[in-house]
Amino acid sequence: MIEPAAAMLEVEDLRVRFHTRQGVIDAVRGIGFALGREKLGIVGESGSGKSMTGRAILRLVPPPGEVAAATLRFDGRDLMTLSEREMRRIRGKRISMVLQDPKFSLNPVMTIGDQIVEAYRLHTGAGKGAARRRALEMLEAVRIHDPERVYAAYPHQLSGGMGQRAMIAMMLAPEPDLLIADEPTSALDVTIQMQVLAIIDELVTSRGMGLIFISHDLNLVASFCDRVLIMYAGRIVETCRAAELHQARHPYTRGLLASLPRIDRPVAELPVLKRDPAWAV
Amino acid sequence: MTAYSVPQVRWRSWLLSAAPQSRIQARLGNLYLGWLSFLANPLALVGMAIVVALLLMALFAPLLAPGSPYAQSLTERLLPPSSEHWFGTDELGRDIYTRVVHGGRVTLTIVLLVAIIVAPLGLAIGTAAGYFGGLLDTVLMRITDIFLAFPRLILALAFVAALGPGIENAVIAIALTAWPPYARVARAETMTLRESDFISAVRLQGASSMRILVRHVMPLCLSSVIIRVTLDMAGIILTAAGLGFLGLGAQPPIPEWGAMVSSGRAFLLDQWWVATIPGIAIFVVSLGFNLLGDGLRDVLDPKQRR
Amino acid sequence: MPSPAILSLRELSVSFGRGADLVEAVRRLTFDVAEGEWYGLVGESGSGKSTVLRAISGLLLHWSGGMVVAGEPQRPRRTRRFHKLLQMVFQDPYGSLHPRHTVDRALSEPLAIHRIGDADRRIDRALVDVGLDPSFRYRFPHQLSGGQRQRVAIARALIVEPRILLLDEPTSALDVSVQAEILNLLRRLRGEHGLTAILVSHNLAVVAHMCERLGVMQNGEMVEEMSVGQLRAAAPQHPYTRKLLTASGGYDRQVLAAVGETA
Repeated sequence: MIEPAAAMLEVEDLRVRFHTRQGVIDAVRGIGFALGREKLGIVGESGSGKSMTGRAILRLVPPPGEVAAATLRFDGRDLMTLSEREMRRIRGKRISMVLQDPKFSLNPVMTIGDQIVEAYRLHTGAGKGAARRRALEMLEAVRIHDPERVYAAYPHQLSGGMGQRAMIAMMLAPEPDLLIADEPTSALDVTIQMQVLAIIDELVTSRGMGLIFISHDLNLVASFCDRVLIMYAGRIVETCRAAELHQARHPYTRGLLASLPRIDRPVAELPVLKRDPAWAV
Repeated sequence: MTAYSVPQVRWRSWLLSAAPQSRIQARLGNLYLGWLSFLANPLALVGMAIVVALLLMALFAPLLAPGSPYAQSLTERLLPPSSEHWFGTDELGRDIYTRVVHGGRVTLTIVLLVAIIVAPLGLAIGTAAGYFGGLLDTVLMRITDIFLAFPRLILALAFVAALGPGIENAVIAIALTAWPPYARVARAETMTLRESDFISAVRLQGASSMRILVRHVMPLCLSSVIIRVTLDMAGIILTAAGLGFLGLGAQPPIPEWGAMVSSGRAFLLDQWWVATIPGIAIFVVSLGFNLLGDGLRDVLDPKQRR
Repeated sequence: MPSPAILSLRELSVSFGRGADLVEAVRRLTFDVAEGEWYGLVGESGSGKSTVLRAISGLLLHWSGGMVVAGEPQRPRRTRRFHKLLQMVFQDPYGSLHPRHTVDRALSEPLAIHRIGDADRRIDRALVDVGLDPSFRYRFPHQLSGGQRQRVAIARALIVEPRILLLDEPTSALDVSVQAEILNLLRRLRGEHGLTAILVSHNLAVVAHMCERLGVMQNGEMVEEMSVGQLRAAAPQHPYTRKLLTASGGYDRQVLAAVGETA
């Protein structure tokens, strides 16, 4: 396992469990990792527990989900023991989250500018004028060319790519230390996707933030992140450097990679992943 | 204990099977799941108990209250509740208990007749308007708007005044005023369904519009209509009672609850039971339908399902 | 072109709205698909690629231009015979199956519409054909995984034995391992049934794997048509196609600096 030099987030034996009428579902089953000021990718298929991991860190698992962890330490503080009130101070200010579709995470009846201003003032207590300057500055930072227009726009007036940029601007305005991005570009077209990634990349690198990038797209994670965790059935089956993902050892990772069609390498039939029950143990 | 639970467990697993072997099993399994979530709602069970009790009361009225609801006894006028007359007697010496029990039949008849007329009518108009859109939608919805614009009881009053008083006319009047909300609900549902891929898929299979409406759209609108009917029952009972109270619904000496309240109001201060007992009956049955409707919504409406 | 076209579009245009709100979703689109060929339509959201499929399938009634399918000129309203000839598979396997209908009902409906007898045997065979055990027959969609649902949707399309299949992003809602299974299934069925298909996708790799030729769409127009061989040789001419090709290779800061800023 490759450990970062200085860990800002330490997770040990994290578990997320849902009690339903059909029985207990273990979404995350005892995973551990440490995160420094780096871009960490979490890859897996649907149901692998990757999104729940991201939410569990912020203690935002929806009921009836339960989170348990031996360690869930952020910047020296144990997130598991914090009160809901103290957690609210961490969410958004120290750890931000960007979700897949800006349509569902932006308030439809508030302008983009007002939303950024409100979020920023909530976390920093800045004055109205300062917050407005900051919002425009952030919109510019996510390479929106006419920030004034977007500031006054409502979410439905923006394209998906613009909305996601505004979302990132809002999340990064209070200068958090850690950004959790759950499929932040999956709803976007590939060319737009690349631009949004470039913006995240630049902001994260220049501000020395940590990034947890949750995605189903192996190629994207391999090319974008520094380090990758591969999750399967609620567990981490493999951790490797992103650049070395294509030399992954675990049969699950190898199977996933092989099942992708490739433009440069035509095959008659795609190798199908044969799931081994032993992986999930 | 074990002797009971073994076949019970077998039934349960058969019903909840993830791989049903036949159409029947699949359908029953689905019903059973709905029943399970219905059981989880105690208030809905209370509502259902009340409605079932009403049904049984109407069915077995002659057994529960062997006397005639019309039998007068002028020597026993306005007697308070006693062991002989559980709910007392009215101004003509008729046993109120017998009249309330038999009145359940009248109420149930009105409610069922209205539901049978209103639900299919609203469903047909709403789904057609929502599915075809365009001119048909505009015409049907404006007609709906016109009916919606009248206060229900007033419109019903006008109809009864024109058609003459009586239960049948009360039913027609209530039905005429009750269908527009059903059409609205069905239309709104249909308009979202119309755009869905599974409706596009049947269209691409070459299905006729009639087939799509009846076999694919209506069954999905049906649950909201059923919920709406159940929740509306209370309103229908109250409207029927209101018409009865005003002397425009069931005519004396029919033991209709609203008419009973009406005739009892003259003695409300001195002989409270004459008006209050049928009033309580109206209240309990309305409450029962409302609770049942809320419970059904939790079961049938997938948007509300957790 | 190896054999005569089974489907040809001439100057197909589709527009929505009117007046100032007029949106030309598809503009004078012309292409041919030969019998037995698999043709890919590539583009981003809003490029009009899905609108083209909806116009061909008969779901959209207001289009203009020429459309000939299996030798017959088509008008907006289609005959039942047309629907037996051409079927469609949708993107979202969660939305394309009726939530209250079992697999059995979903598969018997097209048979009933086209008055094809012997339903029992055909349904079992259709399920086996798409790699599902006949025990799936009486399940409801919510009892199936995304991949299984998509198999049912494919079985439903194929049960009337069409010659042409329209595939609208058939795997983009699925996990990659399931995508591989569905793509393999489609390729096998193609061989067994001699199907012709139009595959709409935003994923160049999927189109390259499944098709022989492809058209690249942008803002309702076809900017380039090429063979998959040309795509593999990285020989697209149009800058937009090149941009798509670069972007599909993953994130690369250097390349991005060259192409990303132009959008």
